[in-house]
Amino acid sequence: MTAFRMPSLGADMDKATLVEWLKQPGEAIKRGDIIAVVETVKGAIEIEAFEEGVLDRHAVTPGESVLVGTTLAFIRNENDEGTSTKAVVPPEDITPAINRKPETEKSGAIEMISSNASRTAHVVGERKVSPVARKRAAEAGVDIARISSGEDGIIGLAQVNAFIETGEAEQKERTLTQDAPPKTEKPSLNLDVMRKAIGDAMTKSKREVPHYYVASTINCTALKSWLEVQNAKRTVTERLLYVAPLIKAVARALKETPNLNGFFTEGAFHPSTRIHVGVAASLRGEGLIAPAIHDTDELGVDDCMKGLRDLVTRVRTGRIRGSELSNPTVTISILGEDTADSVTPVIYPPQVAIIGCGAIVQRPWVVAEGAVEPRQVMTVTVAADHRASDGRTAARFLRTLDKLLQAPEAL
Amino acid sequence: MTDEELKNLVVKALFEVAPDLEGEDVDPDESFRDQFEIDSMDLLNFIIKIHEATGVDIPEKDYPKLTTLVGCVAYLKHHRQGAR
Repeated sequence: MTAFRMPSLGADMDKATLVEWLKQPGEAIKRGDIIAVVETVKGAIEIEAFEEGVLDRHAVTPGESVLVGTTLAFIRNENDEGTSTKAVVPPEDITPAINRKPETEKSGAIEMISSNASRTAHVVGERKVSPVARKRAAEAGVDIARISSGEDGIIGLAQVNAFIETGEAEQKERTLTQDAPPKTEKPSLNLDVMRKAIGDAMTKSKREVPHYYVASTINCTALKSWLEVQNAKRTVTERLLYVAPLIKAVARALKETPNLNGFFTEGAFHPSTRIHVGVAASLRGEGLIAPAIHDTDELGVDDCMKGLRDLVTRVRTGRIRGSELSNPTVTISILGEDTADSVTPVIYPPQVAIIGCGAIVQRPWVVAEGAVEPRQVMTVTVAADHRASDGRTAARFLRTLDKLLQAPEAL
Repeated sequence: MTDEELKNLVVKALFEVAPDLEGEDVDPDESFRDQFEIDSMDLLNFIIKIHEATGVDIPEKDYPKLTTLVGCVAYLKHHRQGAR
């Protein structure tokens, strides 16, 4: 019997609320199967199985708040006599050890964090709430407990929206005389919780990680021209954003500067042989999330694009997987079009580097023989952990990245 | 298709790409980016949805014309007629 535990979901998420079980006792489980959905300050996250077996029993019920490392369920394995219980945690290269609870566990000793009824009011009695409905309700500042469930006993988006519309209609009537109706305020509660989680993680990072910063401005004219030619040939669905070749180039440059890729845990730097680039994505005024594109260095540019689109879609619909949050080996923060020239980011522990990319903007550029011409340029800033590398490493990374971006067709 | 139908089609595509916005009022003249923090990936997904719903081929150079509700309706009206 193995204890299936709540995996780490990154430095700013130490707990989650179980929303629903997708596997029931007696069901067979394969590696990668989604076993449960949990709700975090950053939305719903799917928790996957890390090994095969049969689900024996649940150790937590929906609505309970669980800390990282808590036993969620027990899984029966083949040739299992049911006498010893060992803990199952994600493989070494998947989850940084810093966020793990001790693995020692005696048979039957279930670390369960008892739920606080007032904080888990979202699950009312036996009624279930779909993650997207929960998110929508939170965004609108609506108390789920006030909403009636649908015929199937589940509170879905339709029920939440109907409830909100009723409220909005009432509000519109009240504000009919005003020229511009006030915009719906985002709820302060959800935002505060998210802000606090990010704030705590970043405070810890700034306090404990000796950051250093190195930046270069890179000529991206070749990259943009190549993209323009590519996209003119491609159908709408196959077109690329510059983010895709950029992420690929970053992964390849990291391969040559391994001291920027990995984790600083238990007092030592552990470089990672695999490169999982976490891509910071905005949750629209509600904070950030940085899920990973696995083995970025081995993907083609088109696959990077596919992976990115898939990630962004799932960030928006609240279906990020636990493994995508627990194992980025480095993070990239891309400001995007119409934003700002540069960003000096803060490392997301236990990672040891984060790469900040400003918007690609047209600026004067000195070309051969001292002439100045307009070019599309991007300022890339590496923030890295001095315990794992020094400025020379980051500078080498930036030179490699620059070189790779001058030949986008070869990425 | 009437302007109203095109408008509904555009708003539906926007909410499909960003379900967290569902039910939001869309200002017809303000860009989606400024109103809702729509990023480049959202915009691309949105254009794919519009393309799938209307069959209008939208070259990349026209993307800037599709950043507001009014712009989308005008563009689709023009190009759907042009296709006939």
